Amino acid sequence: MSIFADKQTTLIVQGITGRDGSFHSKQMLEYGTRVVGGVTPGKGGQKFENKVPIFNTMRDAVRATGANASIIYVPPVFAADAIMEAADAGIKLIVAITEGVPVLDMTRVYPFVHEKGARLIGPNCPGLITPGKTKIGIIPGRICAPGRIGVVSRSGTLTYEVVYQLTRAGLGQSTCVGIGGDPINGTNFIDCLRGFEEDPETDAVAMMGEIGGTDEQDAAAFVKQFMTKPVVGFIAGQTAPPGRRMGHAGAIISGSSGTAAEKIAAFEAAGIGVAKRPKDFVELLRVRLKPLRKGAAAKGAATKSATAKKRDDQKARRPKSATTKSRTNAGRKR
Amino acid sequence: MNIHEYQAKDLLRAEGVPIPAGEIAATPDEVEAIARKLAGPVVVKAQVHVGGRGKAGGVKLAKTPQEARAVAMKILGMQIKGLTVYKVLVTAAAEIAHEAYVGIIVDRAAKKPVFMVSPAGGIDIEEVAAKTPEKILKLPVDTRYGLAPFQASQLGFFLYDDVKKVRAAAKIMQQLYVAFMKNGCSLAEINPLVVTPKDDVIALDAKMVIDDNELDRHPELEKLRDATAEDPSEVQARAASLTFIKLEGNVGCCVNGAGLAMATMDLVKFYGGAPANFLDIGGSSNPEKVVAALKIITSDPNVRSILFNIFGGITRTDDVANGIVTATKQNPLKVPIVIRLTGTNEEIAVKILKANGFSAMTDMDEAVQKAVQLAVSPSRSPVNSSRSPVIPSEARNRQS
Repeated sequence: MSIFADKQTTLIVQGITGRDGSFHSKQMLEYGTRVVGGVTPGKGGQKFENKVPIFNTMRDAVRATGANASIIYVPPVFAADAIMEAADAGIKLIVAITEGVPVLDMTRVYPFVHEKGARLIGPNCPGLITPGKTKIGIIPGRICAPGRIGVVSRSGTLTYEVVYQLTRAGLGQSTCVGIGGDPINGTNFIDCLRGFEEDPETDAVAMMGEIGGTDEQDAAAFVKQFMTKPVVGFIAGQTAPPGRRMGHAGAIISGSSGTAAEKIAAFEAAGIGVAKRPKDFVELLRVRLKPLRKGAAAKGAATKSATAKKRDDQKARRPKSATTKSRTNAGRKR
Repeated sequence: MNIHEYQAKDLLRAEGVPIPAGEIAATPDEVEAIARKLAGPVVVKAQVHVGGRGKAGGVKLAKTPQEARAVAMKILGMQIKGLTVYKVLVTAAAEIAHEAYVGIIVDRAAKKPVFMVSPAGGIDIEEVAAKTPEKILKLPVDTRYGLAPFQASQLGFFLYDDVKKVRAAAKIMQQLYVAFMKNGCSLAEINPLVVTPKDDVIALDAKMVIDDNELDRHPELEKLRDATAEDPSEVQARAASLTFIKLEGNVGCCVNGAGLAMATMDLVKFYGGAPANFLDIGGSSNPEKVVAALKIITSDPNVRSILFNIFGGITRTDDVANGIVTATKQNPLKVPIVIRLTGTNEEIAVKILKANGFSAMTDMDEAVQKAVQLAVSPSRSPVNSSRSPVIPSEARNRQS
């Protein structure tokens, strides 16, 4: 299993004939992603690569294909509209790759998508990949391997760096999700952590945060209260000066808040293993996986049910706000 | 993008916010002329993108045009937190009976613009928030509906008791909100919002930050950018579509992707060095960008070694290699370079680099350690460095 996307996911590419859209559609098709359609207004009726039907609108595309996911490669000023079009057409998983979406656009898009009951990942993100099954986005398939580590990150290439090191060390991944580097994004760390906690095929989580905002601190509080699975984290931007936007629109220390130091402190307080360097993920995860694997081998099914019971207890203890906040809870949906 | 107080005031005036008359000046002569025109006491205010101008001596009251000229001579050219003052705003002085704070920021957690108002104005709002949070009202706005009149009046009643002032403030809240949305702001602030002895409510200071992502659809706002307020290397980088931030260290960094770029800087520090910059060449594989990046990095006299860290996903590492070769042919390097690249077309990239006398590494940690070592190591004797002609000039730089 996995979170958010698997073999059952059928995908429409919004902006399939654009430069980035067409390149990555080919890559996704090669990886085995079920790309069932594309949308480019004015090119309805044509075919992409002689096989994928192109539609004028998302409504047409969803009606004809029954797709349940979409990915967005349209230019920044049109991205907000594309996201809303997808949600309006009934798409339940929308991945927005586009970088540079104005943040005020997102203040309108977020509640709209929320009310439609859809999950938005991004914008300004590399998407997600469930190795060996499907990829929705731009994460290079060959650096990943199927396995049991859940990966969630605000970054692109830093994620590739860590995933690559995990793969080389024999630590495959259940799902890797890039939630994006913008100040307002559709899916946060907690959404992914909850998904990984509930996914029976994930044993541990690697998370990569960065300066700016409080998403990592909130995630740390969630881990402390609700997670039974080990989590290892990294924060990028320890040397970043305050008040400067470090490439990502959301990576900025405002006044004295959003620093790497406060995020690392929150991780430590929550029992999250802190990777000081990207390469430290491998050892920190190995150490935490050892007792798990030993336990599972020795006690077999008995241990499993005990863990499951602990999880149920945890769920029962969950405050109302935490459960109502989960919109399209991935675990429940499956 | 930061804009100056006088520019923010112009944007607010356009929506009808009451603001005392004022004009911008670059010389003491101009300041004196404006003060004469305003006919009365004026305030001369340094226009720099930094807070705490008053404390630094960048804001002065002048009772006569001659006095305005005298204070302008002091303020123009002064340094405030490392920034030089090139322009001052000369504005009619106002009498103050009460000061309040009004601001809108995009709140990441609420995912909405949030109004923040406080009757304890004129001072640092972060301090008020920390010490007396009960003196701040926060009000999120759903941008699909805008600021409702009842919300605006709720904000007004938090500041004042007198309904006339409340109405005046509520009107200003609406105008501020319109300016915030219309200009694609991530922050808009009136601090202080002042009540005069005649009970007029007016804005004495204004600050606005424009979301860089809005500039494509608001080309008119791009004109408000003040290149003199930025580091020249950052201006140059923006022209080449690079994200560059100058820092104080000596290891020049060139990385693809913002997260990896930050992680690379952090790793430089981890291994005992100091990064000279943040530089993200982005996801595209344009060799010209690499050429521009190298030019900017090498123009910093502090740089003692250059570190490339490229993880090829969308970025093709052979394009980066070609960029390095082209750039160094145009401008031979005076400092050592360490190149780490892995991923898409790695084999081709390594071949290109080797053919041109460069070596390539694949491990990020090893590369960073080497770059740090090269930046901090004491100058080598010319004999040792004869193999690599870049070292002697590096040693010369260090002695100077």
